[in-house]
Amino acid sequence: MPGAAAAFGLRTRLVIAFLLVAAVSAVTTAALTYRQARNAVLVRAQDTAVTSFREEVEQFVPRLPLDPDTLRWDLYDIAARAKPHPWIVFAEYGSLRASSGDRPVSGVLTPELRRTTLTSAHGSFERVVKDGNAYLAIGMPVMTRVVAGGAAVPSGLVLFAVMPMTNEDVDIDSLVTAARDGALPGLAVALVPALLAARSVLRPVRELRRAAHSMGGGQLDTRITVRGRDEMADLARTFNESAARLERSVEELREAGARARRFASDVSHELRTPLAGMLAVTDVVDEEAGTLAPNTARAVRLISAETGKLAVLVEDLMEISRFDARVAELNTDEVDAAEAVRNTLSGRQWLGRVRAEVPDGLRIRLDTRRFDVIVANLVGNALRHGAEPVTVRLSARGDTLITEVHDSGPGIPPDALPHIFDRFYKADAARSRSSGSGLGLAITKENVHLHGGTIHARNAAGGGALFTVELPFDGPTSGSGAPDGPSHAHGGTGPAESRDRAETIA
Amino acid sequence: MPRVLLVEDDPSVREGVEIGLCQRGHEVHAAVTGEAGLEALDAFRPDILLLDLMLPAMSGVQVCSRVRETSQLPIIMLTARGDDIDIVVGLEAGADDYIVKPARTEVIEARIRAVLRRAESPIDARPAVEHHGELDIDRAGHTVLRSGDPVALAPSELKLLLHLSAVPEQVYSRQRLLKEVWDHSFHSDIRLVDACVRRLRAKIEDPSRDPRYIQTLRGYGYRFGPL
Repeated sequence: MPGAAAAFGLRTRLVIAFLLVAAVSAVTTAALTYRQARNAVLVRAQDTAVTSFREEVEQFVPRLPLDPDTLRWDLYDIAARAKPHPWIVFAEYGSLRASSGDRPVSGVLTPELRRTTLTSAHGSFERVVKDGNAYLAIGMPVMTRVVAGGAAVPSGLVLFAVMPMTNEDVDIDSLVTAARDGALPGLAVALVPALLAARSVLRPVRELRRAAHSMGGGQLDTRITVRGRDEMADLARTFNESAARLERSVEELREAGARARRFASDVSHELRTPLAGMLAVTDVVDEEAGTLAPNTARAVRLISAETGKLAVLVEDLMEISRFDARVAELNTDEVDAAEAVRNTLSGRQWLGRVRAEVPDGLRIRLDTRRFDVIVANLVGNALRHGAEPVTVRLSARGDTLITEVHDSGPGIPPDALPHIFDRFYKADAARSRSSGSGLGLAITKENVHLHGGTIHARNAAGGGALFTVELPFDGPTSGSGAPDGPSHAHGGTGPAESRDRAETIA
Repeated sequence: MPRVLLVEDDPSVREGVEIGLCQRGHEVHAAVTGEAGLEALDAFRPDILLLDLMLPAMSGVQVCSRVRETSQLPIIMLTARGDDIDIVVGLEAGADDYIVKPARTEVIEARIRAVLRRAESPIDARPAVEHHGELDIDRAGHTVLRSGDPVALAPSELKLLLHLSAVPEQVYSRQRLLKEVWDHSFHSDIRLVDACVRRLRAKIEDPSRDPRYIQTLRGYGYRFGPL
């Protein structure tokens, strides 16, 4: 019954099973004991009665001639020596009837008893229930020796003893009561081991659940204490082994990831130094190119142009490495968002190409350099991949500043949309490498997250790609932004700052 | 053309920057270590010092502090982005500006020119010397006296003080100061302003009291006064 099993808890099921077993064994034991004891009691009483009555009858010599009165006196004698309980003695001889009781004839005696008693020299007995009372009826023929030394023959006189078995009934009733009184406390006592067993099973189960939960929460060093050598201990041991293996693999993965990140960071560092030298001389090369032979001039200009792009790529790689290593710093300042956007656009000579719908008075706490990167990357992206007019729109909703960059191009292909912020993802495979480092949107996303904000890309209803950035006005709160960063995400003016100094800084 | 002392340990950067600046007519002396750079100061008498932060032995920051002990020579640090803590320490040590490597020569030259540009002289008929509390500011002579004693100010400190005191009680945002005093064309590092304000305060303010001349308006920026 899986339904019923599911409806009750493990503890309930265990207790019910224990009680059932206890009840069945108690009832069975009581029933068997009852039957055995009842038989023993009845047989003993019956044997005693039959034996003593037989002795009485054997020693009984009736006074002749038989008359009811003298016979009755003799019967009184026999009745007085009744064993183990009082009995009433009846005598029958032909039509003569006598008894030690009130009535000469007993209603308990059956014709069958009378017949077997007459034919058997040893007499006969039977248990009779009359009017709800149990009686033992014993019939004994009185024997007489016709010839001295010869076999005894029935004299025709038959004595019956009728013994009420009330005492035995009482005994048996008390047996039943005893069985009942023993079984009920027995069941109650069975509850204790049932609960103990349930506890001993359930405690490891509870521990296991807690441990599994904690593992799921990322506590990979969670282990269970192994107690004893039972199945639960096996389970705990298996759990611990699996947890250790899991922890090891995760650790290996983490190390591999850290190695890869360190490698990327080292490579960019190593690339940067020669690039710094090369980039410093590109101006010289460009200026002199006009005086060189045409092919040499083209070659020189190519080197110069590619050096510039390489420098941008390496800078972007380093920026990404810092995000990966979580050492990116946030230097926040309270600024007017509109002014910040206008500065970005004017700094890149974009004011004529981009429509800025930026209301004044939206003051926000952010890292101006990073916000510049966010806006510049989105606008640059729109100008490169979309089409003019490009619109930058600022608005406030609750405690977030919404920055939207909308272009009028064909929009983003639906299959590219989920990957648009991936590193080195190119929406158009045929697109030339020359347009950006391929890291611009990935860096933009990281910068937004560092501020505790969100960024979304979609295609606007009227066509064109629409990027939406939401940033909290108060700057990042603790817990967002750089999760493992050492207090870098909390604004301020720099890590070397002491607190009292920070108070006097704008 | 300004004479540039370049201290840079990496040969390719040293040579690249030297070639680039020479090409534009600067007279460049390149030193490989901080010690060599300090030695060359007297003989070469540069107009400006281009100083790499990461130097073997004596670091750029140490060189910067040593130079500031005796001179108010304009100093621009060469750094890599990500060396954020070093930038802060370098600015505290008295550098006027910094350039993130790799950079084109035109960027380096623009920074040099911005740092060397003298604060604009007053065009209206102001008195040559202004008195603000215990400060005497001579706009034409570019000198500042505190209680009659001359105060040695680095170029960026002097420019910031002149700029703020030109319109007392006017509040300037840090972005605006970056643009107008440092000539940074767009969003740059506001720590430049904060470090300079701290250095300036250390020289003209009474350390036991709240700043009197360069006052902070939290969330908005800085202003000169009111006294």
